[in-house]
Amino acid sequence: MILNKESVALMQKKASQYPRRKSGILPAITIAYRQVGHLNDQMYREIAKAISVPYVEVAEAATFYTMFPKQPTGKYLIQVCHNISCALLGADSLIEYLEQKLGIKKGETTKDNLFTLISVECLGSCATAPMMQINMDFYENLTCTKVDKILEELRAKA
Amino acid sequence: MTFYSPVITNAAEVAQSDKLHLFRYVEDANQTKLDTYESRGGYSTWRKTLTSRKPEEVIAEVKSSGLRGRGGAGFPTGLKWGFVPKDSPKPRYLVCNADESEPGTCKDRVLMERDPHAMIEGMAIAAYAIGCHLMFVYIRGEFGHCIETVEKAMQEAYAKGHLGKNVYGTGYDLEMIVHTGGGAYICGEETALLNSLEGEKGMSRIRPPFPAIEGLYACPTIVNNVETLTSVRYIMERGAQWYRSMGTEKSPGSKIFSVSGHVKRPGNYEVELGFSLKKLIYDPQYGNGILGDKKLKGVIPGGASTPFLTPDQINVGLDFESMASVGSMLGSGAVIVFHEETCIVWAILRLIHFFRHESCGKCTPCREGTGWLEQIIYRIEHGGGTSGDIEKIEDICENILGRTICPLGDAAVMPIQSAIKQWRDEWQYHIDHGKCLVPTRFEFK
Repeated sequence: MILNKESVALMQKKASQYPRRKSGILPAITIAYRQVGHLNDQMYREIAKAISVPYVEVAEAATFYTMFPKQPTGKYLIQVCHNISCALLGADSLIEYLEQKLGIKKGETTKDNLFTLISVECLGSCATAPMMQINMDFYENLTCTKVDKILEELRAKA
Repeated sequence: MTFYSPVITNAAEVAQSDKLHLFRYVEDANQTKLDTYESRGGYSTWRKTLTSRKPEEVIAEVKSSGLRGRGGAGFPTGLKWGFVPKDSPKPRYLVCNADESEPGTCKDRVLMERDPHAMIEGMAIAAYAIGCHLMFVYIRGEFGHCIETVEKAMQEAYAKGHLGKNVYGTGYDLEMIVHTGGGAYICGEETALLNSLEGEKGMSRIRPPFPAIEGLYACPTIVNNVETLTSVRYIMERGAQWYRSMGTEKSPGSKIFSVSGHVKRPGNYEVELGFSLKKLIYDPQYGNGILGDKKLKGVIPGGASTPFLTPDQINVGLDFESMASVGSMLGSGAVIVFHEETCIVWAILRLIHFFRHESCGKCTPCREGTGWLEQIIYRIEHGGGTSGDIEKIEDICENILGRTICPLGDAAVMPIQSAIKQWRDEWQYHIDHGKCLVPTRFEFK
């Protein structure tokens, strides 16, 4: 089992709130993602079993939504918004700065398995651009100094 | 005071106004707490409505307020509610659309993070109006902090009896579920949202039947945006007449505009509908002018799916009719500002990349068309444009427009068509010379 007891219980509780159990699929996927940090086929089977829905329905939903990584990432998944409002305020050079700071290219994970760097579509922080999301947290109005500090703090915490 | 999101608002101005209302308390961190919210009259409108007004009176009040959907389409809210069949034996549902993902739009997030009870109160009133006993808020999955804030507010509201069984002893039951999405732009479209809420892939449905007749679980369902439902709370508190004292005849009320891109003071600003776009961009209270005092090149006034306006077109009111009169749309109120050093091909490549990524894949013109468009525009941007490319883009756009189930296809092509119309010479230069007419390199400091 990949999913722990708490996750399974939470999924079941959430699914039981809806008039139809199938509505519990996306919340269950979210719970699984938050526990593990990514999704895979084994997890789809466990989710299906936990909330009593067909495996294929879980797999269908999970693969539709790009928010959930389908393979392991570093401990911290850095997602830089590259959409228009952020791009106008230097998102491309922010990505380059992170690449240089972390010594990896976009799409890669650092050797110590701490950071994965990717770019994503608009995250609804357009008036506080440029921004990035790391795991579940947003970091807005970014500058080089801020980025340095954020990475330092995350390294210290790891 | 520190907030999760450091976004600038015009809360101070709103607090001085006897009309503007949505942002009155958003610079006060205590506003998320139920006690504070109640001490400022919170939930008294819901109580009064439930105990002394009939559902049809609520619908009539909202109809006469002239409130129009704030999610982008601008459909009259009261009219939409009126479509719910009175005699249906099926349960009715209300869904608050909090899947905010139109590029440039960041207003619903502020409302949820800083004044979640106002949204919940508006939802409760709307639910009562349509006879709904189970309501949902569909929040986009990335908004972790928003989700927590709304969930906490909901639990507080349950604990104090504003939600739950037998609300205020009236015998009316009202339950609420916070549903989290998976970060798909398409799920902001109401039928795709309903599919997603049912546990399906977020693909849009053919209409009719419209959701008001057959929506969630094939039952009558109303889907309204966060800002729309929050506005309902104030309309029921102060009346349709008061609401109509703001804005224009056909676009009454106030609206939040998210100003982003090349302005000195990006932020979320609540103004009356019909407010000057030029003032929103240049006034020190709002956008405060163009970054680096450069010249303005263009503006997308209503989110990434609306046509561009040029500097000579910005002397226009921010309301549904005025925006249409200059060939664009009010959309979600996301004003994205571009200065003179922005290459239009570069900007459009960003947008089409987004639409290609977010196309759900159901309709061929959108699924294939957005891909072809990105390939051609990528080629032009990277020096490989050939003669005939512009015409090819125009042809593909025309074959997407109006040929898809949902508006995503239209949304993808409208900014492209307007960008070619307004700056055709720039596209041509790109193709002829294999490079940008203007430099595009925005440094991060």
